[in-house]
Amino acid sequence: MSRASPLELRVGATTAVSAQVSARRRALRRNLTGYAFIAPWLFAFLSFTFLPIAASAFLAFTDYNVLSQSLHWVGLDNFDRMLFRDPRFWRAVRATFFYALIAVPLKLAFALALAMLLNNTRRLITSYRAAYYAPSIVGASVAVAVVWREMFGRGGPVNAVLEPLGITAKAWSGDPATAPWMIILLAVWEFGSPMLIFLAGLKQIPHEFYEAAALDGAGAWQKFLRITVPMLTPLIFFNLVLQMIFGFTVFTSAFIISGGSGAPLDSVLLYSLYLYQTGFKDFQMGYAASMAWALLLVVGAFTALIFRSSSYWVHYEADTAR
Amino acid sequence: MSAISVSRAAGSRTGIHSDSSRTIIYHGFVIAFGFVMLYPLLWMVASSLKPADRIFSTGDVLSLIPGRVTFENYLQGWAGFGGISFLTFFQNSLIYAVLGTILVVCASTLTAYGFARLRFVGQRMWFTFMLVTLMLPIQITVIPEYIVFSKLGLLNSFWPLLLPRVGGQAFFIFMIMQFIRGIPRELDDAAAIDGCNEFGIFWRIMVPLISPALVTAAIFSFYFTWGDFLTPLIYLNDPHLYTVSVALRTFADPSTVTNWGAIFAMGTLALIPVFVVFVFFQRYLIEGVHTAGLSGR
Repeated sequence: MSRASPLELRVGATTAVSAQVSARRRALRRNLTGYAFIAPWLFAFLSFTFLPIAASAFLAFTDYNVLSQSLHWVGLDNFDRMLFRDPRFWRAVRATFFYALIAVPLKLAFALALAMLLNNTRRLITSYRAAYYAPSIVGASVAVAVVWREMFGRGGPVNAVLEPLGITAKAWSGDPATAPWMIILLAVWEFGSPMLIFLAGLKQIPHEFYEAAALDGAGAWQKFLRITVPMLTPLIFFNLVLQMIFGFTVFTSAFIISGGSGAPLDSVLLYSLYLYQTGFKDFQMGYAASMAWALLLVVGAFTALIFRSSSYWVHYEADTAR
Repeated sequence: MSAISVSRAAGSRTGIHSDSSRTIIYHGFVIAFGFVMLYPLLWMVASSLKPADRIFSTGDVLSLIPGRVTFENYLQGWAGFGGISFLTFFQNSLIYAVLGTILVVCASTLTAYGFARLRFVGQRMWFTFMLVTLMLPIQITVIPEYIVFSKLGLLNSFWPLLLPRVGGQAFFIFMIMQFIRGIPRELDDAAAIDGCNEFGIFWRIMVPLISPALVTAAIFSFYFTWGDFLTPLIYLNDPHLYTVSVALRTFADPSTVTNWGAIFAMGTLALIPVFVVFVFFQRYLIEGVHTAGLSGR
């Protein structure tokens, strides 16, 4: 009596099929819901990030000019021009590396020092933290860059302080030796965000570590080098990556302090400023696109380098706990 | 016995003494150094209130207290240039910052929820793309975008500034995702059992729970947009459409004769919205820096 009736068979098949169908339908529904949520992002990503990057890759091999509407395939000529025939390009690269390689470590060191200074529970400490953070929320604005330029101007307050000390007054932004330091100083002054991140990290270092080190006779400096810095390396790493990317793409301060030109002698011609001049002043979009790609490759290489090096110097607590 | 108590008392007294002097040194140092850090901002505000000819005069340049307070600079600055007053520039900045912020926060929240809680085909791939855009310099996209917007005839309008924001921004998507991950899934499950669909869970459960994060994102987005200089500089060439930052740059062009008092006055006004938000929402700001490491760009 194991023979199933044709009717029974058919019913079994349809339930299996309908179960399959409903599972498929549920999967479809799930996918549709997922895509409905990310739809705006997906649209914007495809049209304003992905396609432009692809278009940049194409434009980099052309001589496209918005004004003259010329569009010719020029092969590697833009890159040849960049590397071998454009001295301003190299001045921009040098100015940018000088800026990023000095401003970023200086800013992080400053942020860490102030985080340690403000890492306590004294009275007024939250007000102090807010006051120290305040410059950072406005530091990247045009208004502050203008003030910065005038503070370092010939008749400005910086000279007024330095002159009695025997330093001759000058317009700091007019001297190629000092102008880059003005924008470095402006960047370091915006130490607030890495400082807050370090503060959060400092609070998480267990007191026992310092107590044990004190029992072993460690001094303040040793505690800093052997406990604080290693425990903070994940955050140092995080800040380094973020600030490095910002450092390579800074625009406003260099633009305002040099009046848009990169002067004096291209000493503050940061890369993004030169790219802006090429693309939006001279409208050489093809060449500008190839410069943008070069920037992307360099930033990518630096980020990769920091990531690859991290296994040598970044300590995650999970590793040491094991 | 009395000797011990005496020495102990003496010890504690010197202890208190050195402790309080250390406290004084600490506060003295932190206040003095904080003053130096805040000096450029205070100098701008003070200069904006000085008579124009006293700002850079030898005796007064360092002073933070105007000998005579005047609002003349504000009146002259507000008049703007080319017959356009700063009212127009502030309106433009406000349009850009408010609409831009609303767009970015709404879209980022939707996307963050999709990535953090839903499972769908291709999710991992899109999420990876999103993370990559976190590190992408805008220089790489700005040129083709400009070409497209110029072909569409949309230069000198707010479209090129706002349209790319309909997808949110990777920074905020990532930040909101971090918040969502901290919320127990049991809440979603309970709502699903009660018959809520995904949109219901998102709207009725998730949005109220992550609203502090949304405030944080809104503040940072407002700051970034209010201070944005490069995008308006590229797309807005008609002075009637200038935002405050572009107007300030034109106003403070060193190659033309400039009225420094007026510039500092308008610079001060430009920073007021930022500080108002800072004073009222400080708590959210610091929280945001902690969760996502958002920094002032």
